[in-house]
Amino acid sequence: MRAILVFLGMLLTAPAWAEDATVTIAVVSQERDPVQPVSPLDREVNDEGVAGARLGIADNGTTGKFMGQRFTLVEQMIPKGGNPADTIRLIAAKGIRFVVADLDASVLQAAASDPQARGMLFLNSRAPDDELRNESCLANVVHTAPSRAMLADALAQYLMAKRWRKWFLVTGNTPGDKLRAEAYRRAAKRFGAEVVAEKEWTFKPGHARTDTGHVTLQSEIPALTQVRDHDVLIVADEASEFGDYLPGRTALPRPVAGTHGLVTTAWSAVSEQWGATQLQARFEKMAGRRMNAVDYAAWAAVRAVGEAAIRTRSTDPSVVVAYLRGPDFALSGFKGQGQSFRPWGGQMRQPILIAGPRLLVSVSPQAGYLHQGSELDTLGADREESRCRP
Amino acid sequence: MQALIVFVIGLAFVAQAASAETAYISNEQDNTVSVIDGSTLSLVATIPVGRRPRGIGLSADKQKLYVAVGDDNRIDVVDLKTRRLEGSLPSGEDPELFVLHPDGRRLFVANENDNLVSVLDIPERRIMTEVSVGVEPEGMGVSPDGRFVVNTSETTSMLHVIDAKTLELVDNVLVGTRPRVAQVSADSKQIWVSSELRGTVEVFDADTREPLAKVGFQVPGIARELIQAVGIQLAPDGSRAYVALGPANRVAEVDAKTFEVVCTYLVGQRVWHIALSPDGKRLYTANGNSSDVSIIDLESQEVVKTVGVGRSPWGIVVAP
Repeated sequence: MRAILVFLGMLLTAPAWAEDATVTIAVVSQERDPVQPVSPLDREVNDEGVAGARLGIADNGTTGKFMGQRFTLVEQMIPKGGNPADTIRLIAAKGIRFVVADLDASVLQAAASDPQARGMLFLNSRAPDDELRNESCLANVVHTAPSRAMLADALAQYLMAKRWRKWFLVTGNTPGDKLRAEAYRRAAKRFGAEVVAEKEWTFKPGHARTDTGHVTLQSEIPALTQVRDHDVLIVADEASEFGDYLPGRTALPRPVAGTHGLVTTAWSAVSEQWGATQLQARFEKMAGRRMNAVDYAAWAAVRAVGEAAIRTRSTDPSVVVAYLRGPDFALSGFKGQGQSFRPWGGQMRQPILIAGPRLLVSVSPQAGYLHQGSELDTLGADREESRCRP
Repeated sequence: MQALIVFVIGLAFVAQAASAETAYISNEQDNTVSVIDGSTLSLVATIPVGRRPRGIGLSADKQKLYVAVGDDNRIDVVDLKTRRLEGSLPSGEDPELFVLHPDGRRLFVANENDNLVSVLDIPERRIMTEVSVGVEPEGMGVSPDGRFVVNTSETTSMLHVIDAKTLELVDNVLVGTRPRVAQVSADSKQIWVSSELRGTVEVFDADTREPLAKVGFQVPGIARELIQAVGIQLAPDGSRAYVALGPANRVAEVDAKTFEVVCTYLVGQRVWHIALSPDGKRLYTANGNSSDVSIIDLESQEVVKTVGVGRSPWGIVVAP
């Protein structure tokens, strides 16, 4: 009799053994106005970010299938004017603890500080705001998107290596542009460059592609860029409203760098080093286009959760999070070095690419910028500078 | 006088002993193979091959050189007497590293873009079968007794063990992140795997796949992230292992019995793959970023020469 009971017990539990342990990750986006790209070579993208998360799930699955772990993705969209708390409630009801936040800073803050979000880990894959990693940092948020400070420091290191020390800063109208300009000023000071002139871009965006639209630009831009001599024009135009118009039209024959021209970015369609060829090929096959920095940050977020679950052989969120944020974590991010999270502010350390429009130019940190811990910590707020007190 | 004669004879003997070997280096950016003469330690020839040459190895009779040319999706065959490309073999898509089975007939090829290991029958010039492995397969090793083949997949971070007879996957073992190279010890009892991102080498029991050791490396003044383990060479007598440390620009010498690091050698920049001379007395290193080859005398434990080769040297093999 007892033998039969044991046997029955085995039958009942058997399906649970056979089933893989599952980690569910949510990717939360917000509804955005469609953006018409400035260049006719670029296409309108409507799966930015989400596409990266989908590839991350597929990549996690390749190790997971050998380890008895399954990874699933739940895609959520916060509608325009929608309350982030409603979405968080939905995610909480499904028992999901990992959230890739493809959100602007204010929406991310609202979502992550909701009482229902307390047991969740948010991985910020879009907002570059330094404030999120400093004064406004939250205990349940880490960042796979680089901060503005990191992007600016990466550019400054490269320009100093080139000895292009005199910068002419052109800033757009949006709050993000102003913050980016501030990051460039800070980087100039930090690495020994000098902002010798500044201008604001005040023209209305985006009419260059109307018939003979170039004629107005050809007269406007030389007038705007008529400033004292400089080595390089640095542009702060995060929404890509005008930066692409600058190269080839400036008063002085100077290169353009920053958000356009020579760009600093977490990822670029042109990267193919450190095994990136394979990542690019997988993404292109899946999404039908090249991977951009927003896709990359979402991919890195999903992969980070996957790597932590696989290494700990656990699906217990507290175990996974502790490992992910700990000193042993290293993500293979196809940029030549292991990427881990800073204990201060939760920023993912990572090399920053310096990319031209068609090929990779360099990668920062540049040789010679030393650090007692990780050389990657020469980019962005270092431990001593951090203002994060969660 | 007698001493002098002995000395002269000694010199002649040394020169002769060393003159036998030749090193071949694949230059990933130049689409060439550089040839270094072991007696003069100088570059003696440059052989044009297909596009993006990486994996490189000798035929069983040591008369031919196989070169995986990834962008041409094939393996080029170089005749070592004439130093000319004499033809090519099919390899499946984007071949990277490969290993020749001790039967001399089958080549096991990692297809980086396709998540496959292709098994090539050399005389018949056809792919016999494909074995599905993890994402971005790279490292390839074979047990000298011919029983099994090992492969690592970079993104999946796994060691895959393939039965060389049935050509089936017999085991998958989670290893350090971004495993690059897998080698089997001369006695076929251990599998050594390097992890580029972790900068470690793990050693497994070949039969049970139980971990035996994990070797870490430290170089004063070099950040942890830049100490990356890539190429591995195991001494034929089982006493030593040599590990290329990538952007740390060092090669580590490891006691293969105690798994302790004995010393490190300063070589060129971003050292990729390394190769022992047939007598085990010299180590040649392909230095990717400085486009040269460092030659280490393992008896005197010093780097004796640096030889400029093509751009981005990657793979390396030494023929008797």
